[in-house]
Amino acid sequence: MKVYVPLDSAAVALGADAVATAILTEAARRGVEVEVIRNGSRGMVWLEPLVEVLTEAGRMGIGPMTVADVPALFGSAARHPKALGLVDELPWMRGQTRLTFARVGVVDPLSLDDYRAHGGLAGLDRAKAMSKAEIVAEVTASGLRGRGGAGFPTGIKWKTVSEAPGDRKYIVCNADEGDSATFADRMLMEGDPFTLIEGMAIAGLACGATKGFVYIRSEYPVAIRVMEAAVVIARSAGILGPQFDMEIRVGAGAYVCGEETSLLNSLEGKRGIVRAKPPLPALEGFMGKPTVVNNVISLASIPVILAKGAAFYQNFGHGKSRGTIPLQIAGNVARGGLYECAFGLTLGEIVDGIAGGTATGRPVKAVQVGGPLGAYHPRKDFNTPFGYEDFAGQGGLIGHAGLTVFDDSADMLAQARFAMEFCAIESCGKCTPCRIGAVRGTETIDRIARGDADAIPLLTDLCNTMKSGSLCALGGFTPYPVMSALTHFPDDFAPAREAAE
Amino acid sequence: MLDSADHSDRIAEILEAHQHLEGPLLPILHAVQAAFGHVPQSVLPQIAKALNLSKAEVHGVVTFYHDFREAPAGRHVLKLCRAEACQAMGADRVAGAVKAALGIDWHETTPDGRVTLEPVFCLGLCACGPAAMVDGRLIGRCDVSVVEEVAV
Repeated sequence: MKVYVPLDSAAVALGADAVATAILTEAARRGVEVEVIRNGSRGMVWLEPLVEVLTEAGRMGIGPMTVADVPALFGSAARHPKALGLVDELPWMRGQTRLTFARVGVVDPLSLDDYRAHGGLAGLDRAKAMSKAEIVAEVTASGLRGRGGAGFPTGIKWKTVSEAPGDRKYIVCNADEGDSATFADRMLMEGDPFTLIEGMAIAGLACGATKGFVYIRSEYPVAIRVMEAAVVIARSAGILGPQFDMEIRVGAGAYVCGEETSLLNSLEGKRGIVRAKPPLPALEGFMGKPTVVNNVISLASIPVILAKGAAFYQNFGHGKSRGTIPLQIAGNVARGGLYECAFGLTLGEIVDGIAGGTATGRPVKAVQVGGPLGAYHPRKDFNTPFGYEDFAGQGGLIGHAGLTVFDDSADMLAQARFAMEFCAIESCGKCTPCRIGAVRGTETIDRIARGDADAIPLLTDLCNTMKSGSLCALGGFTPYPVMSALTHFPDDFAPAREAAE
Repeated sequence: MLDSADHSDRIAEILEAHQHLEGPLLPILHAVQAAFGHVPQSVLPQIAKALNLSKAEVHGVVTFYHDFREAPAGRHVLKLCRAEACQAMGADRVAGAVKAALGIDWHETTPDGRVTLEPVFCLGLCACGPAAMVDGRLIGRCDVSVVEEVAV
């Protein structure tokens, strides 16, 4: 009997470890031989812990599992009271185009044989036969843009590093996934770590870099453990070695270290203070050397691009947003999780369709797209297609593709205040608009809450200053959630004022 | 205070294990905190000297990051996520109830030294919030009953 129980953090947070232990105990009691594989998550978080039993027809999904549901697993899996059907046939899975996440939830994350059997290393093998310029050209032609949020073309960044003079170059993977509503990096690292390692090895070849770092936030203990184990395995298999080796580094709870220059300072052992650009990290990055800083998903999309070709990847998408995007649907949703698809679905199709509306069953009031620095969108934006330019056109951003859904009980003034408070807590302190602006912003929103209407134009003015005067996206983008809340939900900023009048 | 020869020896071991790294300070501080439960002021000069930094520079790094504590935490550390996705599922309400049940605010430790309450901004459990972490263990869809996890 072969059973899959996810090791993914979300599954573990919902009891997967206890379920795995109970399966082994029950098997021993019955004298049944059982192989429990701790896989990644399929991304259907509302069904976690989602256990899969290998049957002749395929992998039967059963969930959400509790310890009490374990004994019934040992009968016919298909007749288990919580049987969902074959996982690959579930609507959530069938609707997706899984390129970057093709193996996540499918394979044993730390089995290199499993990785190879599911198409792993084909991209690296192809890259080894190519010149640096050819690899860079392939990535450029794929249309891949930075999935961390900035959307900068990955190929252009690689070209700069590849052609930069330097006795030593680095590939730095930004796995400091601090945005609320985002967990794609975590799921990828936990469920298919070799894909990230392969992507970094290809980046090393393309740029002439010999050393890679993955900077993982300390809030991700499972991802850290899986990645560290995977690096050891990849090294002993010769995938990593003197030509290109890697190290896993752990952050220390500073949100701003997700900003690339702050991350580089942190990696060097300094305070995570933002650096002014120029110089670009591509020319003077880690230790002053040419450095690629890419998000996990950008790097993990490289193997499939190399394996199947730039045209294959580029063929998916919408406008200037090419390829696929792992949507992370979160907050108050009936069906939350990770859903990888080509760019171009509308916000309404995602929230009302895929996510099935709110968990509470109340109407959707707002959707924050792109994490804590993204705008709050009202229902009237629901026809916006998911793409970099489309959301920029609506006064927002897609960021790292996280969506937080709120029902009609949300108080948008409180959400705006939280955005300022968060910026004040996490500001690195280097530039004044962010360091002082966020504190004054919190105070100004408190004035509005007390009924001081004069504070509204002041808040607008402050947001303009922060937007144009901040050194990085923390101070620069905090105005997005604040101003979108104020613009789209003026009623939430009004009652106190009217009461005071 | 941690100023005995034992501690100095342990720090020396940690320095020895990490000093060859490129940018070794964060890994060193993580190791110190893992060994002692916090990063005592008294060890900073030894670290600074080994890395050829000023004590002020090391102090600046320690105090920049939320993770590093200057004093030991309670026997349990309860972290509750305060970020937006968890807010959408009632995290503020849960946090208020937990604070009331424990009689402490953020960053405080109960007088009996049993539990330290800390905010965290995202555990990546955004589709099963509100999220919590108890002594490194992850909990999804948590409510005020999470205090039972730190009862003893």
